Amino acid sequence: MALQVLTANRLRDGAVVYLSPDGSWVERVAAARAESAPEAVARLEAAGRAAVVAREVVEPYPIAVEQGEDGRLIPVRYRERIRAEGPSIRLQCDEEAA
Amino acid sequence: MYRYDAFDAAFVRQRTEQFRDQVARRLSGELTEEEFKPLRLMNGLYLQLHAYMLRVAIPYGTLDSRQLRKLAHIARTYDKGYGHFTTRQNIQFNWPALVDVPSILEELAEVEMHAIQTSGNCIRNVTADHYAGAVAGEVEDPRIWAEIIRQWSSLHPEFSFLPRKFKIAVTGTTHDRAAVKLHDIGLVLTRDAAGAVGFQVLVGGGQGRTPMVAKTLRDFLPKERLLSYLEAILRTYNLLGRRDNKYKARIKILVHEVGIEEVRRLVEAEWEAIGRETSLDLPEAERARIAAHFAPPDLTPRPAEPPALVEALATHRPFRHWLRSNVKPHRTPGYAVVDVSLKPIGGAPGDMTDAQMEALADLADRHSLGEIRVSHAQNLVLPHVAREDLPALHRGLAAAGLATGNNRLVSDIIACPGLDYCALANARSIPIAQRISERFADLDRQADIGPLEIKISGCINACGHHHVGHIGLLGVDRKGEEAYQITLGGRADENAAIGRIVGPAFDADGAVAAVETIVETYLEERLGPDESFLAAVERLGLAPFKARLYPDKRAA
Ligand code: SF4
Repeated sequence: MALQVLTANRLRDGAVVYLSPDGSWVERVAAARAESAPEAVARLEAAGRAAVVAREVVEPYPIAVEQGEDGRLIPVRYRERIRAEGPSIRLQCDEEAA
Repeated sequence: MYRYDAFDAAFVRQRTEQFRDQVARRLSGELTEEEFKPLRLMNGLYLQLHAYMLRVAIPYGTLDSRQLRKLAHIARTYDKGYGHFTTRQNIQFNWPALVDVPSILEELAEVEMHAIQTSGNCIRNVTADHYAGAVAGEVEDPRIWAEIIRQWSSLHPEFSFLPRKFKIAVTGTTHDRAAVKLHDIGLVLTRDAAGAVGFQVLVGGGQGRTPMVAKTLRDFLPKERLLSYLEAILRTYNLLGRRDNKYKARIKILVHEVGIEEVRRLVEAEWEAIGRETSLDLPEAERARIAAHFAPPDLTPRPAEPPALVEALATHRPFRHWLRSNVKPHRTPGYAVVDVSLKPIGGAPGDMTDAQMEALADLADRHSLGEIRVSHAQNLVLPHVAREDLPALHRGLAAAGLATGNNRLVSDIIACPGLDYCALANARSIPIAQRISERFADLDRQADIGPLEIKISGCINACGHHHVGHIGLLGVDRKGEEAYQITLGGRADENAAIGRIVGPAFDADGAVAAVETIVETYLEERLGPDESFLAAVERLGLAPFKARLYPDKRAA
């Protein structure tokens, strides 16, 4: 099985988050817990369901990731890359601040 | 403009309080996500790709400066300092935290705004011509009727759970700026032979997966009978519209499947039955009360060519461009309707920062009686500007980055949020729009090309109106890669038409290059500068464009 991490949106503010090795939810995909064995991915998903019940996150689902040249985790699908990195465009407010 | 009465105010306050309670119960675990989701959607709150998104209604696209300042305040306080105006004359905030949304709704209610009817299978926010009440040739101000429909539909329990969402648009002139033929119901104010005012009623238009141009249900409906007739249409649809398949649930499919004659027969029969039952039509006194809110401003004619304007025209090139494309005649001599571009070269179409909102609110107070409109093309409008104020207004807009003179030109692109924000998207829309506008940055070149509406959607839901773009781009997923299918010859005016697909999809670079090739082909083939892009496509068909876009294949 390809390498997977678990992503969701945080309930309180909607932020994109990933399940980390210590069981907390973090905003950087690079800090996520990646698994490839089917039973381990199933454990990620079970942790996601528990986090929904605990009102931490909504809509958790596993995504495929790969390791970049520097070993950092990068989502495979471009949709998930945009989710991980934010809109691919510069925001007008950033431009004004620049 | 329309001001809430005590009843409206109480209703909105009650909804806001209910939502505060629902959010608290969601956070405490009393409500599950399944239970909470329909409640948040009823209050315009979606979960998008990166965050929650709050869609705020701007009924018939009319705002005042106080409301625009409030939107600026919300953008700054609760979001990332900007908002996004949509093709539905709404504004969306892309980053609100769930815990803040009750406070946002409370702040909106202070200026008579809300997010009701911006989601779900109800009658959505009614849209209207963005020049309403400001241009000549109007039978009546369409916003009077849009407001009447809003009041009727807001509180109509029968229509809160329709087979699908339902969109109504109203225009007061025969030249259609409100895309009425692309709505579930389109209403065109008109007069009969005797001079009485009424509506041409169109039904079954829409975009999305199955684009259709509306058909005429009734040539003339006396205006006093509008609500009972709408009721008859909605009841017929509520009864017959399919609920088993969401792709077939819109009224356009019903019209297509049973035919307009049969729909007309059913609606007329229902209407007759309603007439016997009780009068659902609005009493004249109530119509007059609502109409009074939209009484035209009392403007005294002023000089058409004041010296300040003549001088600015002679000396200032950007002003010339802007005057030519963004300034339209007003019903009162010496006044103008001004389109405020939210399409700076390289910008995200429809985005506006908090500072820009405040700057425009000030300019509206100074030059346009405090009134602002939102157009479905994702621009804003100052509807009542004295021509002698135009140079000063242009300076003010330029200082805020709002003076691009590109109205209805090639860089005035409609683009939906696409994959940069939207959870349903196949492909990005905004970066394509930015790159096209950068390619055509030169305003002289744009003016030479003439009117050309490019519209981009990130998926078949067609929020970016690609089907009716003179050039339409639709984002598709081609084996996991973003790709764009191009259509030509669509239009959204009184001669509405759905664009035709020109050939296989392009990748992002290819799509931007293809737009340039299409424009070059037009410039080479047109009979002269007076033949618009659309006229040329209608005359030439797709063949010359296909030949240039797909040189390896013989043009079909
Ligand atoms: S057209 Fe598709 S991608 Fe664009 S905003 Fe609508 S649903 Fe999202």
